[in-house]
Amino acid sequence: MGAAASLVAVATLSACGSDSGSDSTLTWYTNPDSGGQAEIAARCTEAADGAYTIETAQLPRESSQQREQLIRRLAAEDDSIDLMSLDPPYIPEFAQAGFLAPVPEDVAERVTEDVVQSAIDGSTWDDELVAVPFWANTQLLWYKQSAAEAAGLDMDEPVTWAQLVAAAEEQGTQIAAQGIRAEALTVWTNALIEGAGGSIIEETAPDPEDIELGLRSEAAVAAAEAMQAVATVGGPAFSTAGEDANVTDFEEGDAAFMVNWPFVWPRALSAVEAGTLDASVPEDYGWARYPRTVEGEESRPPYGGINIGIGAFSRNTDLAYEAAECIVSEENQTYYFLTNGNPAAKASVYDDPEVLEEFPQAPLIRESLEAAAPRPQTVYYSEVSGALQRVYHPASSVEPGQTGATAAELINAVLAGEELL
Amino acid sequence: MSTTTLPPGEKTDPRSAPEKKAGISDRSRSERKLGWLLAGPAFVVMLAVTAYPIAQAIYESLFSYRLTDPANRSFTGLTNYWVILTDPIWWQAIWVTVFITVVTVAVELVLGFGLAMVMAKALSSIRPVVRAAILIPYAVITVVSAFAWQFAFDINTGFVNSWFAWIPGVTADTDWFGDRWQSLLVICLAEIWKTTPFISLLLLAGLAQVPEVLQEAAKVDGASWWQRLWRVTIPNMKAAIMVALLFRSLDAFRVFDSIFIMTGGANGTESVSFLAYRQTIARLEIGLGSAVSVLLFLVVVLIAFTFIKAFKVDLASTRGE
Repeated sequence: MGAAASLVAVATLSACGSDSGSDSTLTWYTNPDSGGQAEIAARCTEAADGAYTIETAQLPRESSQQREQLIRRLAAEDDSIDLMSLDPPYIPEFAQAGFLAPVPEDVAERVTEDVVQSAIDGSTWDDELVAVPFWANTQLLWYKQSAAEAAGLDMDEPVTWAQLVAAAEEQGTQIAAQGIRAEALTVWTNALIEGAGGSIIEETAPDPEDIELGLRSEAAVAAAEAMQAVATVGGPAFSTAGEDANVTDFEEGDAAFMVNWPFVWPRALSAVEAGTLDASVPEDYGWARYPRTVEGEESRPPYGGINIGIGAFSRNTDLAYEAAECIVSEENQTYYFLTNGNPAAKASVYDDPEVLEEFPQAPLIRESLEAAAPRPQTVYYSEVSGALQRVYHPASSVEPGQTGATAAELINAVLAGEELL
Repeated sequence: MSTTTLPPGEKTDPRSAPEKKAGISDRSRSERKLGWLLAGPAFVVMLAVTAYPIAQAIYESLFSYRLTDPANRSFTGLTNYWVILTDPIWWQAIWVTVFITVVTVAVELVLGFGLAMVMAKALSSIRPVVRAAILIPYAVITVVSAFAWQFAFDINTGFVNSWFAWIPGVTADTDWFGDRWQSLLVICLAEIWKTTPFISLLLLAGLAQVPEVLQEAAKVDGASWWQRLWRVTIPNMKAAIMVALLFRSLDAFRVFDSIFIMTGGANGTESVSFLAYRQTIARLEIGLGSAVSVLLFLVVVLIAFTFIKAFKVDLASTRGE
């Protein structure tokens, strides 16, 4: 019996330990998309001409769950992780823990050439490039031209959240924003505070005691005021509305203004093609730079996207970096933008005539990416974001003079290990 | 002359009695040995997959330990427990969990009993269909059931608001997941729908144990249906009811999936399991998360102990021993 048990154990262990491929097989853990990353993997494998083969493995849908899975595997020194599609806010945590293989200097130079600033910032920790910028996302202000016109808004000029709220009230319509208790709420909160000239984390540091928060600043108060005002015209489901629910409201006409990622555009066009949306709906779409939190201060749109990290325990980091350079080539970024709707990190892609034809918003996306502000860069991002979501949700209960201080207290207590989250 | 001879069997009796005794004892010993051999591997596996992780959780709960920073792991004694027990979030999670447990188990008991009666009394021709129909929700994976209920109640994709607009308080704009009590209502409904079949199965087994002769005797004595239910049926299946309550209470106290899917813990709907998940998996604070898990384990043990001692639940009786 004992022998049988140990046989089973040995078989199981060896199954865990064995690897499916040879040393030149690289595994790329990708976030779910419309198949673009798998296609890029195939293209790079072909271009490598036998030097390496890239296999893809899909991660969960939510970026927080992608992080959970990767970080647990890396903590166990999983050497099957060669390449990873990483959501930028988690990159400092991976880097600080030593889970990312250092980027060789020559590679760092090549992969940051002609790349939008926010994507470089999002791949940097402790003044070092720790990941390879792949694609960069940002939010735009989407509006119905008819509603903006009726409200007398000049959308060629920058608009503020206060103007939008007034217009929505006047027109009896809603503003679609991300009021759900999820990462999207942190994205919005960060953009509002940055847009008022502040930062959630003013001084970052690996040690939680040295982190300086900016949640008691005037900028944080201005952001809370904007948030509270938007919640009054956010519709009945504002506290549970994420990006997808926002688009539905916008397409159906419940909301005439919306802040959202560029996927909104291809989604509307394909819905028209499928016959589920009237062609007149996207024809009425307008887009502008992310709204300003305070008048006179440039807006700082959110920054998202994916950067490629190389696993520190990979058995072939050199090949993995070679593969990463192929993945983020201009050609592949253009392909990814056109087919999957994910904007490129390289600025030159936005001059591609095909891109400009498919995405008339491309120049605005590029401009927004140059101005975009990353979310707080800290090893403890998960805690900071979780605490912000707890305090700033629901947006209707936010109190401008109070909420920021409450959030700061909670973050400090959580980081000091004195409170649960 | 007549000779009385004992039959061969009887002749050997005086000697065979102790031999027989020794034989039983041998067999019993070898049976016991065989029993251990057969059950041993399962016992070892049980220890490996339950006792070992519990022991490890208890050990790790005494440390300040972040998964991404193993170098700074330090022994902190009972600090983690102090942090948890003095935090209002913990107590809120406890009350939410108790609320969900009490509401769902109470409703499920009544509904489950009704369904068990239906299953027991249904016409034999339709009995298999009735049983299968009642058991279907139990066969659905909890996450799938949670998604189904979320989609049904969602303000954008759901049908509930338009179908039930005639109920006071329900309108096209009712955001079920935007408020604490409404969210908890949907979570409880999903749990009840999903696990009532489990309780009804256990109660069906209990119903089958009530001797028919008692029912008939009561009937002859002129007892009404209601009297027979309260005086004959229910007292005779007390053990089955208590076991069903115990199992479901322990299960309900670990509620996680529905909350994770439907609200993500928003609006004060976090349960204790959710709290453990957030500390261990999301925050990677293995020490703090282990301490929450250990406390959850202790509460579950307390519930089981209370049921067994206070209500004198005899787990063996349901097996007919």
